[in-house]
Amino acid sequence: MIGIATAVDVAALKETTLLNMGIFGLFVAVTMVIVFRASRNNKTAADYYAAGRSFTGSQNGTAIAGDYLSAASFLGITGAIAINGYDGFMYSIGFLVAWLVALLLVAELLRNTGKFTMADVLSFRLKQRPVRIAAAISTLAVCFFYLLAQMAGAGSLISLLLGISDLRGQALVIVVVGALMIMYVLIGGMKGTTWVQIIKAILLIAGAAVMTLWVLAIYGFNLSSLLGAAVETANNPAVLNPGLQYGKTETSKLDFMSLGLALVLGTAALPHVLMRFYTVPTAKEARKSVVWSIWLIGLFYLFTLVLGYGAAALVGAETIKAAPGAVNSAAPLLAFYLGGPLLLGFISAVAFATILAVVAGLTITAAASFAHDIYANVIAKGKADADTEVKVARRTVVVIGILAILGGILANGQNVAFLVALAFAVAASANLPTIIYSLFWRRFTTQGAVWSMYGGLGAAIVLIIFSPVVSGGATSMIKDANFALFPLSNPGIVSIPLAFLLGWLGTVLDKKREDTAKQAEMEVRSLTGIGAEKATNH
Amino acid sequence: MGNEAHTPDAAASVDFEQVQSTGQFQELRKRHRSFVFPMAVAFLLWYFAYVLLADYAVGFMSTKVWGNVNIGLILGLLQFVSTFAITGWYVHYSNKRLDPIAKEIRDEIEGHEFDKHGNRMGGVGK
Repeated sequence: MIGIATAVDVAALKETTLLNMGIFGLFVAVTMVIVFRASRNNKTAADYYAAGRSFTGSQNGTAIAGDYLSAASFLGITGAIAINGYDGFMYSIGFLVAWLVALLLVAELLRNTGKFTMADVLSFRLKQRPVRIAAAISTLAVCFFYLLAQMAGAGSLISLLLGISDLRGQALVIVVVGALMIMYVLIGGMKGTTWVQIIKAILLIAGAAVMTLWVLAIYGFNLSSLLGAAVETANNPAVLNPGLQYGKTETSKLDFMSLGLALVLGTAALPHVLMRFYTVPTAKEARKSVVWSIWLIGLFYLFTLVLGYGAAALVGAETIKAAPGAVNSAAPLLAFYLGGPLLLGFISAVAFATILAVVAGLTITAAASFAHDIYANVIAKGKADADTEVKVARRTVVVIGILAILGGILANGQNVAFLVALAFAVAASANLPTIIYSLFWRRFTTQGAVWSMYGGLGAAIVLIIFSPVVSGGATSMIKDANFALFPLSNPGIVSIPLAFLLGWLGTVLDKKREDTAKQAEMEVRSLTGIGAEKATNH
Repeated sequence: MGNEAHTPDAAASVDFEQVQSTGQFQELRKRHRSFVFPMAVAFLLWYFAYVLLADYAVGFMSTKVWGNVNIGLILGLLQFVSTFAITGWYVHYSNKRLDPIAKEIRDEIEGHEFDKHGNRMGGVGK
């Protein structure tokens, strides 16, 4: 087919399956030992959810990078650039710039105000029950969409490694991932998963750095030559220009805007990222950890540009699309081209561990949210003791694990970065307006919060259900039916402004006023950090 | 109760509305907002300008500048540069202009200067 592209023989991958799996198994064994060791001191709820607030800013920053650089960033973006060229780069930019929203407007203020979950902050000065329930439901929804994406990534990766192209085999893979994940979270809690994130972030960034330097070395460290080679392999100069994927029609251009909006506003509203700010002892450490993660994440996204165009040049879009795992297999195929089975084994193990760790982080967030916000505060009305709460959290982990397995089987085969962008859209619609309003708008009321959260969440989910993602297209979840009434595949451009509008409308129409003393307390706490830091000295 | 999250601490009996009304706190809030709001508006405008260009000015973005490197790629990389720059700027600003005044207020609260009337605590928790 295409010049150099034939150098990657996908069939040859099968011959190295044992080696890949050996390296992977070793990695899992090592991390499990660490999790066991770290979990010895898991006694209180603060230990289980917030790792006893014992991490330093740089450790936590690395863990945030680990949480954030999921399969979407590595497999998804590399694949998107390899196949759609410049349009895939949009993910890298949006995912990074979004951190400024988190850094400037959310991270420290949230850290100073809350305890374990997003709902702690949102219900601080509003009515407990309705706000807490809404925040917990949206947390569960965002985590669910994010989990779907990770599961789809796991399916792609392992089916490539094992050469499994039938759906039943891939479903089995997803079941195994789910089981491993449940074990991680049940045993390790937050401290265990934080260590897994740290180790995995370092390995992922190092692995991507090696591959980036390798690709650049092939082209004499000349970016222009690399881009030229990508054009040559693709036989299409448009891979360097915007619009290859999204420039076709006016609708798809709007879809690009929608994606851009969801990416930049989603990060600061992701519950599993917000929860990470609570694992550090002070606001200053929270700031330090965000700065660390911005540098690490930015560096990594620069690598993805080289890796994506490297895969386009050296492997070729046609070969990638034809491989098991399709678009998500660009990075592993590039590793195989560069370093043979050894590099492939290492990179795949890292990618797999990435998925496992991110899934663990998401699951623990969802579990904490259910146990802490719905069970302890609403069902048991604050009378549950810490032991029962942790027990409920552990049971929730099992339930969420099963849901993630089922969802992953359905979402199998779609681009991971794209699926994650849906979770971003849901988060930005359901959570961001309420977070921003309750931190910065004194007048904001319970009714505004409830309207904004349910309205944003509902709009985002309904629009996704009636979008081409779910039905009517060649890559849809349900291929045989067509109920795609909404033309955009990302709902952000409609649901995010709507949620902001509803939050404002609900507030100005609300005749009730909120407690001004609580508002004063929240504002003073959020800006000065009073209380949040002393409370950890026990 | 708004938040049972915080274990009894130095802030438990504080009159927060009084703290909120002090000039010192108003100054802290002013300094915080006068930095983060304009900065947030600026980077969001710059980001959406970039997205709009990539979406609707494909010809311009495809203009080659150096070899195969075009304006689109350069603007994309500049988004990275501006993100790193704003991050550094914010950290510098916080350390210099926000942290000292926040610490002063914290010390005053912990020194029971804002305790509610008749509700003084013997000391700072345990």
